[in-house]
Amino acid sequence: MKRHLLEAADLDRADATLVLDTAAQIDQALAGREVKKLPTLRGRTVVNLFYEDSTRTRISFELAAKRLSADVINFSAKGSSVSKGESLKDTALTLEAMGADAIVVRHSASGAPHRLANWVRGSVVNAGDGTHEHPTQALLDAYTIRHRLGRLDGVRVAIVGDVLHSRVARSNVWLLTTLGAEVTLVAPPTLLPVGVGSWPVGVSYDLDAVLPKADAVMMLRVQAERMNASFFPSAREYSRRYGLDARRMAALPDEAIVMHPGPMNRGMEIAADVADSVRSTIVEQVGNGVSVRMAVLYLLLGGSTR
Amino acid sequence: MTYLIKGARVLGGDPADLLLADGRIAAIGDRLSATGATVVDAGGLVALPGLVDLHTHLREPGREDAETVETGSRAAALGGFTAVHAMANTDPVADTAGVVEQVWRLGRQAGLVDVVPVGAVTVGLRGERLAELGAMADSAARVRVFSDDGHCVADPALMRRALEYVKALDGVVAQHAEEPRLTAGAQMNEGHRSARLGLTGWPAAAEEAVIARDVLLAQHVGARLHVCHVSTAGSVEILRWAKSRGVQVTAEVTPHHLLLTEACAETYDPVFKVNPPLRTDADVEALRAGLADGTIDAVATDHAPHAVEDKESEWAQARPGMLGLEQALSIVVETLVEPGLLDWAGVADRMSVRPAAIGRLDGRGLQAHGRPLAPGEPANLLLLDPAARATVDPAALASRSRNSPYAGRELPGRVVATFLRGVPTVLDGKAVR
Repeated sequence: MKRHLLEAADLDRADATLVLDTAAQIDQALAGREVKKLPTLRGRTVVNLFYEDSTRTRISFELAAKRLSADVINFSAKGSSVSKGESLKDTALTLEAMGADAIVVRHSASGAPHRLANWVRGSVVNAGDGTHEHPTQALLDAYTIRHRLGRLDGVRVAIVGDVLHSRVARSNVWLLTTLGAEVTLVAPPTLLPVGVGSWPVGVSYDLDAVLPKADAVMMLRVQAERMNASFFPSAREYSRRYGLDARRMAALPDEAIVMHPGPMNRGMEIAADVADSVRSTIVEQVGNGVSVRMAVLYLLLGGSTR
Repeated sequence: MTYLIKGARVLGGDPADLLLADGRIAAIGDRLSATGATVVDAGGLVALPGLVDLHTHLREPGREDAETVETGSRAAALGGFTAVHAMANTDPVADTAGVVEQVWRLGRQAGLVDVVPVGAVTVGLRGERLAELGAMADSAARVRVFSDDGHCVADPALMRRALEYVKALDGVVAQHAEEPRLTAGAQMNEGHRSARLGLTGWPAAAEEAVIARDVLLAQHVGARLHVCHVSTAGSVEILRWAKSRGVQVTAEVTPHHLLLTEACAETYDPVFKVNPPLRTDADVEALRAGLADGTIDAVATDHAPHAVEDKESEWAQARPGMLGLEQALSIVVETLVEPGLLDWAGVADRMSVRPAAIGRLDGRGLQAHGRPLAPGEPANLLLLDPAARATVDPAALASRSRNSPYAGRELPGRVVATFLRGVPTVLDGKAVR
């Protein structure tokens, strides 16, 4: 593993597989245990540096670090660092001086973790940067697919929705293709980036045509404010054309699973009965997130002192 | 003071001596001698007319922590410039006779290059109503170039009026071509790299659409139009078409758009953030070809100093812009002269003659710029060592800022001396003051 986890595009097949295998070992080691805690990172400090609100990602990382016995500090910098008056660099140097071994950063600016990595000696873990990447989300998605379907090679994954603004989609495109999956992006053309043709994926505007050939379908959150910028005419029209309801779900192959990174807009991109169906892995994804983040922290910090 | 330059290759021709006296070139010839003259050995050096920049941000008044008229003038002299146009987006904005005269006076006091103020087209660069263009033209600063640079004059009716109005002033509107509705939040060129990096895209069409509109307007009202920092292959095509139809349009390209591409953004280092953004290899190739064939008239630096804290940040929060004055000529040597696209006469044309003509600096006696290197002309010239190569060290630059995108890059060509009206501003590669 490299020193930082900045983007899924950085992970080669061996590294990515190592993370997933390590997460599986952690799951096995903790299965059935009353005390779900390993001593591996005792004495190490993990800082959660969150410039955007994201309770679920933050508590997932917090739980992961605590289960590895690390000391965890939550540094919430709501709004931008600039509006608070302290620059990202100064915050980085402060955390560095306090002896942070790892900084888990969530930031609204694409590339902020890359900048941070220039200024600190500890490991930087990207917990979502702007519309760029969210690599641990992709790792937990890959882990979930492998767990449910038993493999990733040749698995057909449809990623549906606001690809343009989605860091989850970007990370999954790189990670899943690295691991041998066949990815198809499904969205209205307005929500696909110009230049998507150079990505190693299929692209479709037609969800109904893709579903019968999908082993996993990953629904992305669509934010209501996109509607006001004419990315699509109305929530209802979006839902009709790109939402996953029970009728569409019936077109999936028998073993296929339905995924969502959360938080969901029930009734918008995913119908309630689909989200709660047996095909849905949505709750499982959350649980797997903790294991995968434990694996990432364990591999980056190596368990030994610096 | 009299200077005798020995053995310079004027525009790359055979070695000759140049005698500078009383602000003018007194003589050019073989084995000239003059008693009391300071001799400058120019063996192996190329003599070019003093460079003229149509697009410099000197930041004074308002951001003297990033650059002042004096520090920017020194950087310009070291780059071989003898005149620079100071852009209007200062604080306060150069939209009145008072502000342009202040900048002009600061330039005179520094005395290292002629600082020629650009006037804002609209009050406060807000794109709502015309600034007092006539008052700026009639001021001591004699403004002839008007620009809202940093902002596009996006309103087509207002742009039409500006183009028309400055005809009476022998002026030109220098347009920052960017359709703002297409570039809201834009961070870099829109394409496969912006898609991957998750940085909001700045589409080439946002520049090209405005240029297309403006050449049609300029033709319709019979006015002069100048297009700032052209950055795309499509823009070059539109300019070529417009010129073939006789539209009075001129255009500039920056050194960085001739050399760098959007690939630089992959580091997320905001030193490479600039507006318009760095584009693709194909765009760079088209810009070089356009400059070589004259479709693009001039190289203009868009020298944009920024304080450290405005660049040492997240990409999206950083200000756009990069330094350019001190490396402009080297980059033209690297991208056009060495590949054989432009000879030294071509360099003189694109970096001195044509920009001076666009700014109407070419016909004012001893104050003129962009004149040929000939007896009787103002002694504005530079001596370049084309064989020298040096690695760019931002800490060694004369600019007060350090946001050079060329840090660590080895570039050809070294300006050994610059003369402004016969007086050296640079000697032995160092500023005289």
